[in-house]
Amino acid sequence: MYRYDEFDLKLVNERVAQFRGQVARRLAGELSEDEFKPLRLMNGVYLQLHAYMLRIAIPYGTLSSRQVRKLAHIARVYDKGYGHFTTRQNLQLNWPALKDIPAVLDELASVEMHCIQTSGNCIRNTTSDHYAGSAPGELEDPRVVCEIIRQWSTFHPEFSFLPRKFKIAVSATEHDRAAIRVHDIGVQVVKNATGELGYEVWVGGGLGRTPIIGKKVGDFVPRADLLSYLEAVLRVYNMSGRRDYLYKSGITFLVHEIGAEEMKRLVEEEFEEIRKTGALQLPQEEVDRIQKYFAPPAYETLSDAAPEIDALAAKEKNFADWLKTNVAQHKVPGYAIVNISLKPIGKTPGDCSSEQMEAVADIAEKFAFSEVRVAHEQNLTLANVRKKDLYEVWKALDASELATPNVGLITDQIACPGLDYCNLANARSIPIAQRISERFKDVDLQQKIGRLHINTSGCINACGHHHVGHIGILGVDKKGVEYYQVTLGGAADETAAVGEIVGPAFTEGEIVDAVDTIVKTYLDIRKDGEILLDTYRRVGLQPFKEKLYAAH
Amino acid sequence: MAQHSRKGAQVQAVTANRLTDGVVVYLTPQNGWSPSLQDAEIAEGKEAAEALLARGQTFFEPGNFVLDVYLFEVERTEAGIRAASVRETIRQAGPTVRVDLGKQAELEGVHA
Amino acid sequence: MQLIKNGAFIADVWTHVADEDELPDGPAIVSLQRWQKEQNALVARGKPLGIRLKSGEAPSLIAADLDKFDVVALEFPAYRNGRAYSYARLLRERYGYKGEVRAVGAVLRDQFYFLVRVGFDALEVRDNITPEIWKESVGVFTNDYQPSSDGKPSVMSLRHRLAAHASARNAG
Ligand code: SF4
Repeated sequence: MYRYDEFDLKLVNERVAQFRGQVARRLAGELSEDEFKPLRLMNGVYLQLHAYMLRIAIPYGTLSSRQVRKLAHIARVYDKGYGHFTTRQNLQLNWPALKDIPAVLDELASVEMHCIQTSGNCIRNTTSDHYAGSAPGELEDPRVVCEIIRQWSTFHPEFSFLPRKFKIAVSATEHDRAAIRVHDIGVQVVKNATGELGYEVWVGGGLGRTPIIGKKVGDFVPRADLLSYLEAVLRVYNMSGRRDYLYKSGITFLVHEIGAEEMKRLVEEEFEEIRKTGALQLPQEEVDRIQKYFAPPAYETLSDAAPEIDALAAKEKNFADWLKTNVAQHKVPGYAIVNISLKPIGKTPGDCSSEQMEAVADIAEKFAFSEVRVAHEQNLTLANVRKKDLYEVWKALDASELATPNVGLITDQIACPGLDYCNLANARSIPIAQRISERFKDVDLQQKIGRLHINTSGCINACGHHHVGHIGILGVDKKGVEYYQVTLGGAADETAAVGEIVGPAFTEGEIVDAVDTIVKTYLDIRKDGEILLDTYRRVGLQPFKEKLYAAH
Repeated sequence: MAQHSRKGAQVQAVTANRLTDGVVVYLTPQNGWSPSLQDAEIAEGKEAAEALLARGQTFFEPGNFVLDVYLFEVERTEAGIRAASVRETIRQAGPTVRVDLGKQAELEGVHA
Repeated sequence: MQLIKNGAFIADVWTHVADEDELPDGPAIVSLQRWQKEQNALVARGKPLGIRLKSGEAPSLIAADLDKFDVVALEFPAYRNGRAYSYARLLRERYGYKGEVRAVGAVLRDQFYFLVRVGFDALEVRDNITPEIWKESVGVFTNDYQPSSDGKPSVMSLRHRLAAHASARNAG
């Protein structure tokens, strides 16, 4: 894991001091809310329905056990004993008092964490693959690039007041778990014909009001030039992005308006100029320095077979179910990647209590080199677990309600906070996810349905990534009543696609049945080996539509 | 922000969030801010509502005690004053998915 | 409004001249449109000349004329509109402009740090800004991660200096 040096530490401490001063000025009445709002919004402090909300950055989703324990402590002391992991691999606290936030920031700084750039129209936390470092077929650990981007983008003087918030994601495997095509910039680590590593750069993807899949603008950016290239993209956007109309201010629209070709030309032109100066060229020593922090942990030489685990699985169905869905293939023999489901049946997706965080920290310390990842699906991951420890890990997770065997299945849903917490919401998201979860709680049924992502957002801002859910649900408000619009066929991975609206929205009472109808229709017409997304891609919307609106 | 006050709402109160901790508060007849809607002053009709809002706003900027002051529709029921919209009911009571949190204790069955 | 130039609060000798107004006798800052229309007359005047660019008027439009200007004033129509941060860097780094780059319009005290980093050496600020506030705001961070127009060494290069230093010591 990356560790702060004196420079990183000083910067974070200076930031805390600055924000403490701003809060003090506000509480003393020296600043009006109009003046204070942009300041708090630059530090992840929002005003929600019931209280303030504090968004804590988890750079590329990696945490140490020590940091997880600190988060548990903060949630317990300054909040109501739980936090909410988001689709951007961050953690949100729902109830902190403004007057306490400087103290929370001090606590965070003590474990090398912060809330810098978790809101505002700046470059946000760079997200990545939660299997980073452990995924088979990975070209390099994507977190090295993420950390380089984190430093470059932190308080970037030119790009702190962009037309819109700006999100970057990095993936280093062919299978994209970081959803790079729906980010403002997606970086894909690639190898060229001569075996040299470099980056493919996708630009202009995004969800929100007008979802668009990014376009590939850079085919092969050499490693040393990545920051020059990113600076070029950002500069073109900062100068040419629209600022007159919020809903068209994203880079998505710029690319759409001028076309991918023109965008590419502008970026290349700017890139050449920046590259000439050499100012942003990455020295190999710096890459090496950062890379060292992400060196593989001390893996043991193990056989890949774990007969004792197979034997236990044969005896205990619950364990076998969990192995089937929550455990993934590791690149090192004898090791496995363990996904921790934050989606117990009927509970809030992504919520995690202080006790659960502490349990995860302990388990990670004992079995996973003290490292925890946050997945954009609002789950946690232990990226390096010995296969022979799986049973013990499962037992320990299960004791804290963290072993629901549903990762990748229908009850492993993404849902934004929605109207239960969010000031911008049109409708509730969480209760919908909870009721769907209850409806499909039968594990065998879930496995029969297969991989299926249901994503729910409480408004068009799409924090719940509904556009890229295989089934997407969007809350809308019709004269003060909650309605839900359904899309089909979205995908966030390397086959990224925006879902298609099935038809008129459903009421709160109808929505779970509508999902049920979609699933039943799929089960009826699917061919062998198909998941719902495949079936939809084969047959289109029509068969689903017919069943959904048959009674109307 | 959807679901604030409906146009033509007749019975309204003024709400805000407290500066120090963000807690939802309501303007009282004594020109104070109370966390309970039961203490709120209720305005009937458009004029009274506007006057109430104006009062709320004078207790807003100079003292900086609260932020985001606005009117919303309420109903008088047997069980007390209730917000009319889902949004304001959630603000009044707490999240519907964590009935152990927020102010729901004083409002039994509010999210039932 | 007051003017801060290179960190000092000083009297402003420049006049912003609206397009329809007569030119004053002394130093004048004119719009891009006026410059384009009255170029010859403005140069012939023989008085210090400045130009004011609105958001959307990129410095590439005046790149060839920069030697005519002692001041390039960049407008911030709203504090959220950060286009001019890029403009300032281009002026300094791409076009090598050495004259005054001045921020005008809506800027918050918490932005001074960023403005100075991208190459603004003059800021028109609200009257409630004091030298203390200026100092605090501009000096909020000791080190910076990225290279920018202020020429300060980035954290990356500081790290390598330290490393080089350490290894020289070890070798010696
Ligand atoms: S999608 Fe809308 S309702 Fe959901 S968290 Fe984002 S802003 Fe709030």
